[in-house]
This record gives sequence, C-alpha cells and structure tokens, in this order.
Amino acid sequence: MVLAVLTVAGTVAAMGLRNAVHCVLALTLGFAGIAMFYLQLGAQFVGFTQILVYVGAVAILAVFAIMMTHNDKPMAPPASSSPWILGGVAAAAVFAVLAWAIVSSTPSTSCQPPQPGATVQQIGDALMHRFVLPLEIMGLLLTAALIGAVVIAMDRREEMK
Amino acid sequence: MSSLQSYLLLSSLLFSIGLAGALTRRNAILVLIGIELMLNAANLNFIAFWRYGPNPEALTGIMFTIFSISIAAAEAAVGLSIILAAYRHCRTTNLDEMNSLKG
Repeated sequence: MVLAVLTVAGTVAAMGLRNAVHCVLALTLGFAGIAMFYLQLGAQFVGFTQILVYVGAVAILAVFAIMMTHNDKPMAPPASSSPWILGGVAAAAVFAVLAWAIVSSTPSTSCQPPQPGATVQQIGDALMHRFVLPLEIMGLLLTAALIGAVVIAMDRREEMK
Repeated sequence: MSSLQSYLLLSSLLFSIGLAGALTRRNAILVLIGIELMLNAANLNFIAFWRYGPNPEALTGIMFTIFSISIAAAEAAVGLSIILAAYRHCRTTNLDEMNSLKG
C-alpha cells in the first residue's frame, strides 16, 4: 500500500512538475516502485531488469536528451487550458472505464496459488529452448535500433559542406 | 477485492497518469516518457496475471515482460535520437512550435 502510494506519487510528480529534469528524477522513483512490485510478485529477474533498464538507462538517456535540448529561451507560456483539461478528462475517462471493468469482474480463482518459482535458471532454459526465436529477433531489433539511433542523431552538417 | 484486482487497478491508474502526461505535456521528451509509463503499466499487468494465472510455471508473462522491456528500451533510444534530430532542425522541443513539415 505504501509502495503503491509512493509509485503513484512519483509518476504524478513526473507528469506534473514544470522542470523537465525534476520530472525525470521523479519518474525514476515511479520506475523503482514498479520494480518493487515485480519483486513483491515473485518476478525477481524482471524486477532487477526493470531497475537496470529503466532507472539505469532510460532515465539517464532522457536526462541527457533534456540537457542537450535545453535552451535559454524563456519557457513558453503554458498551453491554453482547453487541451490541458481535455487530456485530463480523457485520461480520467479511460481510468474510470478500466476501473469499472476491473471492479465488476469476478475473479476466476479466489484461492492463493502457490508461489511459483521463477529462478534465473528456469528463465534461461525457457529463453534458450522455447523462446529462442524471439530472443534472436530481439537481438536483431536491438542492433538495428542501435545503428538507427546513431544514424538519426548524427550531425550531418559536416557531410553537406 | 482480491489481490489481483488491486494490482490491475494500480496499473490502470499508472496507465491513465501516463496517458494524461502524453496528452497534456508540451515537451516532446516528456511525452515520450508518458508513453514509457503506459508501457510499464502494461508490463505490470503481465506480471500480475502471470502470478495469479492458472499455470505460472509456463513463464509466459515473464518472457513477454522481458521482451517488452527490451523493445521499450530500443524505442526510447530511437525516439530520443529522433527528438534530438528534430531539435537540431527546429531549435525547440515544444510540440506546439513544431508545426511545419519539410520546412
């Protein structure tokens, strides 16, 4: 419960603060809270992957991007209030529909199932046997994304001269 | 209310927060971060259903989450580099000011 409040507070702060760097720092709190939920649910490997990838890599990447795109121009005046309210209302409506569907659904199993063991060895076995093709495709995708990100972000002004 | 339902409620709340951020923020990087938050909410759903589902020994929820996290990382890298390229072109990351195509 405390964890849920912490996570939601971090994400709300991440979406609500005015300073973009503060937003990303609050977001790391939210991501760490989600990782704690993974640990609580018995998915240790996914929890540590979440900390490594999101808190470690994505947040740092976002901070770097914010710093590289920071300019000294005065902050643009806040957007007119109508899209702000529209976006908030749309998100609240989505949450209302989802919450209604969740609360009104009947859980299929009320009994607590035994704690499933998801050891790293089992995950590795599954990755190497049943899920080996998705793993290879993922490696290809990551390589393509690496090359693509470098090519897109490369400064082409020297080439044009 | 069962434990699964509370996890689902939490993840739908996180999804809505991410959606609200993606719809209302004007900074392109923060919009991307809102989308990441929505992806995270979906991942939390996968883990919750894996934990409380009928056969957790199949590990499908965990596998889906691992692949989804790696895809999200690749997406964040490519998205942020696109934002950098757009910033170099328009000198702004404000989405309201990026209003020209092939400008």
